Amino acid sequence: MPQTLYEKLWQDHVVHQEADGTALVYIDRHLVHEVTSPQAFEGLKLAGRKPWRASSIVATADHNTPTDHWDRGIEDPVSRLQIETLDANIREVGALAYFPFKDPRQGIVHVVSPESGATLPGMSVVCGDSHTSTHGAFACMAHGIGTSEVEHVLATQCLLQKKSKTMLVRVEGILGRGVTAKDVALAIIGRIGTAGGSGFAIEFAGSAIRGLSMEGRMTLCNMAIEAGARLGLIAVDEVTIDYLRGRPFAPTGDMWERAVACWRRLHSDAGAEFDCVLEMQAADIRPQVTWGTSPEMVVAVDSRVPDPAGESDPLRRQGMERALHYMGLQPNLAIRDIRLDKIFIGSCTNSRIEDLRAAAAIVRGRKLASNIRLALVVPGSGLVKQQAESEGLHEIFRAAGFEWREPGCSMCLAMNADRLEPGERCASTSNRNFEGRQGAGGRTHLVSPEMAAAAAIAGHFCDVSEWA
Amino acid sequence: MEKFTRLDGLVVPLDRANVDTDAIIPKQFLKSIRRSGFGPNLFDEWRYRDVGEPGKDSSQRPRNPDFVLNQPRYQGAQILLTRQNFGCGSSREHAPWALLDYGLRAVIAESFADIFYNNCFKNGILPVVLPADAIDSLFALVEATVGCRLVVDLERQRVCRPDGQTLPFEVDPFRRDCLLNGYDDIGLSLRHAELIRAFEERRRREQPWLFVDAFPARGT
Repeated sequence: MPQTLYEKLWQDHVVHQEADGTALVYIDRHLVHEVTSPQAFEGLKLAGRKPWRASSIVATADHNTPTDHWDRGIEDPVSRLQIETLDANIREVGALAYFPFKDPRQGIVHVVSPESGATLPGMSVVCGDSHTSTHGAFACMAHGIGTSEVEHVLATQCLLQKKSKTMLVRVEGILGRGVTAKDVALAIIGRIGTAGGSGFAIEFAGSAIRGLSMEGRMTLCNMAIEAGARLGLIAVDEVTIDYLRGRPFAPTGDMWERAVACWRRLHSDAGAEFDCVLEMQAADIRPQVTWGTSPEMVVAVDSRVPDPAGESDPLRRQGMERALHYMGLQPNLAIRDIRLDKIFIGSCTNSRIEDLRAAAAIVRGRKLASNIRLALVVPGSGLVKQQAESEGLHEIFRAAGFEWREPGCSMCLAMNADRLEPGERCASTSNRNFEGRQGAGGRTHLVSPEMAAAAAIAGHFCDVSEWA
Repeated sequence: MEKFTRLDGLVVPLDRANVDTDAIIPKQFLKSIRRSGFGPNLFDEWRYRDVGEPGKDSSQRPRNPDFVLNQPRYQGAQILLTRQNFGCGSSREHAPWALLDYGLRAVIAESFADIFYNNCFKNGILPVVLPADAIDSLFALVEATVGCRLVVDLERQRVCRPDGQTLPFEVDPFRRDCLLNGYDDIGLSLRHAELIRAFEERRRREQPWLFVDAFPARGT
């Protein structure tokens, strides 16, 4: 019987199944960072348990790390303790790889693992971080877990899971100028809502998806969680295989050939049935900008802030009114007339080399608008930063007035010093525009790197397809 | 983990959809390396008029009197009533830890985000899914009745209203069993240690590239 990609991955990882369908699922790769792991390591120790397979762990410090003045170390004592706790835990239990604060390969866990080849097709990948869906770009069964589950994986190398339903999102055609994977992700979320993917594993397919680079595919799968789906998936093709060749943890020689043969079956079979199918045309997708406090509150850049008066569902209307109040926006305002205070280019969604190249191409030879108080570029990892610097991208950003920072999660969630002040408005390439996400009272508009760059120059949103 | 069997508790209504885990417990409190102490900062940005920081004494902070948790009639609530997609966003288990630390043991909603839903069961919190019309009528009831209590009965899988009406709910048998008995699910999984070991050995033979044991010497 023809199988979907998700069904193949599921079948390949089930160790044991209970009568009600709850399965014990084997975990190949366990990504660990400082925020969601300390209580798990502590729990393990208190129960007198040992990690089942420490060589499945790839760890890095990313959420709390500062992005400037690395010579001063971590000045916030609470953050420092959390990072020192990760150091101590990894020292004690071991790991396949650990990229601590200031290591040249340190960075956001969802950037670091793929670039080192620690994320390989067909793996089950978990992390105490909801954006673990990113790794689905490599046809991995990858999703975020809570801290109790982190402890469960440490102790048993398995997770208790129920099989998800399957959704196919097919995007056909060629994306227009200035339209990126981020815009595809936001357009899908705008269509199905932030709960639209709840209970589903979403597979992204179609010619527009196949046309994306691995960086673009990671951006798209990263945002699957914002559609409520824990998993996003894309089938293996030549783009996947080319990306992995020569990565440090990727196999070599005969083993590479064997692995590639195995990876080539990681696609949905012709005729496989999904529980739900959504078709979209690439040509219909315009550059997107969120206007509210949920990623589903999104419109095309050439439209206007929606008017709650036109919403018939009272609960939704109330939600829209609350969001507009928080965002300090009036209904029917043209998106292009929204003026910004800060710009953030970074996060596990959009901080890879291709994102920085695309933003730099817009910025080159131009200057920040006078109303922009701060524009940050935060590369996803030390290696992305190195690569960007070797291409001179840092000079382009600096010449325009951007700050070029050290890698980390930074202002995506503002656990470190990079944040919005109350009332400040930001064009951000991150993934969540929730109230307070980038700082208490801060106002976030989610956009692509190209859009963030163009907004930095213009001082307000503008149709980036005219710039590209 | 503490068992959950039957809870007769005061209900606090939070009439919003898509409440995200950043709202349940803001990021600055995630720097803690402990599992407890998050209760005073539950819904911090909605509950207080200033910006909360770790270590700040919350009893001295200005409160937002309009926020439900600050209203006298809801003090001591153990059941949270809310709308669809509760707990969306970040996977932070600090969200259920904060609910639990505050004293909430059950959340009733039209739907939950997947990861949050899972995290509740690991902490002795029961997330109850009810249909939209039942949720609507519960909101009306709770708002109209000061001191409104509900009985959440996991054994019989139903919510009992004070007027005698009962609302049945579904829950996975395995999760129900774990919660009713307060099982440590790591212990349960380790009963299958031999199966896990056999699975792992077979996988290592078939796909050895998944089992690299050391950082390769080759440059990055």
